[in-house]
Amino acid sequence: MMRSDPRALQLNEHGQLKHFLTLDGLNKTILTEILDRADSFLSMGEQSVKKVPLLRGKTVVNLFFENSTRTRTTFELAAKRLSADVINLNIETSATSKGESLLDTLQNLEAMQSDMFVVRHSDSGAAHFIAEHCTPNVAIINAGDGRHAHPTQAMLDMLTIRRHKGQFEGLKVAIVGDILHSRVARSQIHALTTLGVEEVRLVGPKTLVPSYFKDLGATICHDMSAGLDDVDVIVMLRLQKERMSGALLPSESEFYRLYGLTEEALSWAKPDAIVMHPGPINRGVEISSEVADGEKSVILNQVTNGIAVRMAVLSMAMSGQVQEQQGGLGVEA
Amino acid sequence: MKLRIINGRVIDPSQDLDAVIDVFIEDHKVVSIGEAPEGFDADEIIDAADRWVLPGLVDIAVALREPGYTQKGNIATEGRAAISGGVTTLVSPPDTKPIVDTPAVAALIQDKADQAGMANVFPIGALTKGLQGDQLSNMVALTDAGCVALSNHRRPMRNTLVLSRALEYAATHDLLVVFHPDESSLSEGGCAHEGMMSTVHGLAGIPETAETIALMRDLLLVEKTGVRAHFARLSCAKSVEMIADAQESGLPVTADVALHNLLLTDEVLNEFDGQFHVIPPLRSENDRLTLIEGIKRGAIRSICSDHQPHEKMAKVAPFAATEPGMANVEILLPLALQLMDEGDLSLTDVIKTLTCGPASCFGLEAGSLKPGSFADFILFDSTQTWVWDDSSRRSKGHNSAFDGVELTGRVTQTYVSGQCIYSFHG
Repeated sequence: MMRSDPRALQLNEHGQLKHFLTLDGLNKTILTEILDRADSFLSMGEQSVKKVPLLRGKTVVNLFFENSTRTRTTFELAAKRLSADVINLNIETSATSKGESLLDTLQNLEAMQSDMFVVRHSDSGAAHFIAEHCTPNVAIINAGDGRHAHPTQAMLDMLTIRRHKGQFEGLKVAIVGDILHSRVARSQIHALTTLGVEEVRLVGPKTLVPSYFKDLGATICHDMSAGLDDVDVIVMLRLQKERMSGALLPSESEFYRLYGLTEEALSWAKPDAIVMHPGPINRGVEISSEVADGEKSVILNQVTNGIAVRMAVLSMAMSGQVQEQQGGLGVEA
Repeated sequence: MKLRIINGRVIDPSQDLDAVIDVFIEDHKVVSIGEAPEGFDADEIIDAADRWVLPGLVDIAVALREPGYTQKGNIATEGRAAISGGVTTLVSPPDTKPIVDTPAVAALIQDKADQAGMANVFPIGALTKGLQGDQLSNMVALTDAGCVALSNHRRPMRNTLVLSRALEYAATHDLLVVFHPDESSLSEGGCAHEGMMSTVHGLAGIPETAETIALMRDLLLVEKTGVRAHFARLSCAKSVEMIADAQESGLPVTADVALHNLLLTDEVLNEFDGQFHVIPPLRSENDRLTLIEGIKRGAIRSICSDHQPHEKMAKVAPFAATEPGMANVEILLPLALQLMDEGDLSLTDVIKTLTCGPASCFGLEAGSLKPGSFADFILFDSTQTWVWDDSSRRSKGHNSAFDGVELTGRVTQTYVSGQCIYSFHG
């Protein structure tokens, strides 16, 4: 009756990645492998020749149905450092018959014999949809789908945490702001709980932090001081201006007063806490300039780590695809 | 033409009947059960050994898609699908193009149904012109043209005052009004039950309150105006309580539920499969169980297919971008019997909510084999197992979560007014 579980869709028969759609359902071993591989790529960025031939001869298409300069650029850079040929396509979603246009677009791109699609789309589940409908030998990487998942962003955050804190066990992590609409937060929660942090706290008003998130194993705090008390990591989320017009918040100023990360709010966390943000940041809305530019901020490290994580994911998914196509012979891409 | 049905297990909840007994039909009507009428000499004897003999099913929610949306289905295809599922009487919603807001459209639908020689078709007329929620339709003219009820379907009214006046006007003429309780400001943009599953998967939620707030408002207006009311496609546990309370307090209200809301919950959203995109959405296990309980208590009298055929491409998209609805009319009975298999409902409950229950909601002369009733009946092989898929599908709709599922039980013959209009020879 039903299709296969999309969480299983992304693994080949040996349990290796062949798509990268969501962190939900991926185990600690795979997540750690991604981080380890990303670590090995990080040092490469400091070398004069920043390329390895892992994706030589492969074509990666950045298929962005929704704008995103930062994510697209880091994916492009990651693919190029792996020696792939890269095409960028920004495709506006059609107001009429989105499904038809998405499928038509997909079939056209398949006809160009691409090897990998990096997909961003405003609909939750779009990357799953493409993975199910494209030819089996194309790897799909989710670069953000609706409110659902942004797995590479979450993994670059995990890499950042690991490089600053050494391990995940025993850590308390607070994610602050618009959890409801955040694909980043959903993926982070999966990653953090799988990697074994002690506690994930979600901080914000009830309009942005629904109680259902408790079922993901997170603690919900509607008070900033309780939410940040004694935490090791603070992840601030970007607040969209339309949250005010949507009656989810009274004003930016009231949000900043209650949930903004100021020097005072930062003092409630552990002295060696780090501050993260997926960017772009709204200074004076969710974070003060002093904190964003302060010594505890690792926001720019996240960007650097993003390239390494995306290299890791691209290379692992391509390897898993090749292995599947070659009947599990274990041939590297 | 005189028919005698012998050896069949006749199950007719309208007369508390479940027995191997003969049925006698003359001039399109049932004339006797058990004993042959004096001088009855059958022209034809139907041997229903190893079959159930049931009243023809009454499905109060079958979208025929014609006029206006024939890429999805038409009166002939969806009528044929209904008949193959044992549905001999169906009620169709007013959201065609043009909308059923004139007697001509209502007559067109019935004419086409008659030409197709399929099930008895009763359209619902629009409560307001164009379903715009502004101006009252010619309600009496619509009912004179064969509409069995009036509804604004799933479209919002301009405001509560317009709704109140529409109900007062309908009450003046004792017309039935069908509500789809939905506070659109709460449900707008949503595609899934607001809960853990929609939260985890980032799908915009439709809260229970979208249904229950509207339901409470509508019940208060029913109380105020005295209109006869039917509440369609309930999906929430609290709605069942509210309907039961209203009935206990003497309000003239009935209710139905879509079969998929009794069989499935939002757990299936895990798969992002657009086939599960329905409005109202698949809700929690507690909601599902309470809806079933509502049937046992009699608060909900009808199970319907909420048949909404779509072309294939309507479901080929990410979940939220797919068109909502399933097309299950032709497997209504074997699917509904799964509720019995799971021990949730008795056989009588299931048959009742597919026959005399829905007929009573709409005041239809159908769903019964009592002497004097129209001889609309089906023969059903309760043991046959089969797989419903493209090879057996009659609907133009390709949108069902139950495609490819092995079913137990199959309609083998369908009779309308004593005429066999469908026969399956496996």
